[in-house]
Amino acid sequence: MIKAAERQQTVTTKDIPSPEIHVAPSPHLGNTHFSTRRMMIDVLIALVPAMGMALYLFREYALRQLLIGIGACLVSELIFVRLRGTNVSLKDCSAAVTGVILALSMPPTAPWYATAIAAVVAIGLGKILFGGLGMNIFNPAMVGRAFVMISFAGVMGAGAYEATGTLVDALSQATPMNAFKQAGVLAPVPQLFWGLTNGSLGETSAVACLLGGIYLCVRRTASWEIPVAMIATVIVIASIPDMAGYHGGRLIMHHVLGGALLFGAFFIATDPVGSPLTPKGKTIFGIGAGALVMLLRLYSGYPEGVMFAVLLMNAVTPLINRWTIPRTMGEY
Amino acid sequence: MAEQPTALERFVQGILPENPVYRQLIGLCPILAITNSMQAAVTMAVAVTFVLVCANAVISLIRPLLKPHLRIVIFTLTIATFVTIADRVLAAYLYQMSKTLGPYIPLIIVNCLIICRCEVCASKQPVFTAVSDAVGQSIGYGLALASIACVREVLGTGMFFGMRVMPAAWPDWSVMVLPPGGFIVFGLLLGTANWISNRR
Repeated sequence: MIKAAERQQTVTTKDIPSPEIHVAPSPHLGNTHFSTRRMMIDVLIALVPAMGMALYLFREYALRQLLIGIGACLVSELIFVRLRGTNVSLKDCSAAVTGVILALSMPPTAPWYATAIAAVVAIGLGKILFGGLGMNIFNPAMVGRAFVMISFAGVMGAGAYEATGTLVDALSQATPMNAFKQAGVLAPVPQLFWGLTNGSLGETSAVACLLGGIYLCVRRTASWEIPVAMIATVIVIASIPDMAGYHGGRLIMHHVLGGALLFGAFFIATDPVGSPLTPKGKTIFGIGAGALVMLLRLYSGYPEGVMFAVLLMNAVTPLINRWTIPRTMGEY
Repeated sequence: MAEQPTALERFVQGILPENPVYRQLIGLCPILAITNSMQAAVTMAVAVTFVLVCANAVISLIRPLLKPHLRIVIFTLTIATFVTIADRVLAAYLYQMSKTLGPYIPLIIVNCLIICRCEVCASKQPVFTAVSDAVGQSIGYGLALASIACVREVLGTGMFFGMRVMPAAWPDWSVMVLPPGGFIVFGLLLGTANWISNRR
């Protein structure tokens, strides 16, 4: 960059009339419509079914979380970008996407300060400190969520999802993942599929996540390798306890449709910044994330593990990228 | 050889201009490990002050006898002597605090802050300069420990020196008490310190 600018300067100072030659590294063909903004708007569109389902199921709780999440993310993006002295760029919608994903990953009953702190940490620590959009190592929304999850275990943990005495039916039951963890109860598959269960705002409905996720993959905004590999790994690993316990496939369905797996596989793990570059790398990433999800679900104290699985795989992404450098033609 | 700083310069430099934690980035292990409460941080700072002052004084006194190839060994042995004294005194009079700090008091032996001061100042300058250097660096170290511990304890438990300062409804940020909180707070404070010094 600097050299090009210098060269341009020397040319203009010499004042020789010469044709302007643009030199840029390949690839020279590009889809100019494929911008960050378009990708982010695609993600927002894909999140509409999940948002609609959350609003239908949790009503004012969902509305409140979404408003706090998006608002706090936009405000902190403005502030932190200003602090770094770069241009304010709310137009690329990335902060809004982080806000929506963060809000949809929160428990419906989470207090306002938890969501707000999560948003500030997500944008500030998770994204801007690393250099802004495209530079972050970890998925910003998950950084924020992990921060408040560890900080406020009392109001964010598995038990905090249940609230009695509200007008929202779903809140009165345990989340499917927690019910299974605590009591070994499997939720009915149709309930998990349509999403009439308790859980984080966006994760309850499998069909909403699938709709949005397939839209993302068809639009090539998200690469299909990650969700496919992740879900396939979960199916394979879940089939072992399923067969061992004679569940007849219900345990597999529970692990695939219940919890945050589909939401995480389609919307969180596919974050193009934190995931590997090549198809092979993406497959490894998906397999690793799926395996970690099952490891955490089956053996950790937490009933759900998508957040930590994605964060851990984000951490090894540079390594995967190094393993999977494609060979150029003629190279042995 | 370049002219050595005077005792006053050494003293002043240790506090802010060459703060061991914020400017030199040395001795960070206890910074991250024991700053989740003010009491632990202050105890640590006092222990480090004791060891640093004594070690600097002794090294400065024996500096004509130091052999270049053996000096690090002598530094370490001298430091270890005083650390053992500090460790045993803590265990005798502040048993609970000694338990809380665990291995971090013995670890002062390998705290590079102290070896660094022995090497940079005490092995080259007279006793008075060495002691004033040690006191200055200790004050800087204590201030740094306290600044981090202050943020972590108030946010993490709503308390300051074990007394309630936040309203009862304050939600404890448990992550601040855990190790990640140490890294996050230290990083943010370090960034702030750099930002302030850049603006000057």
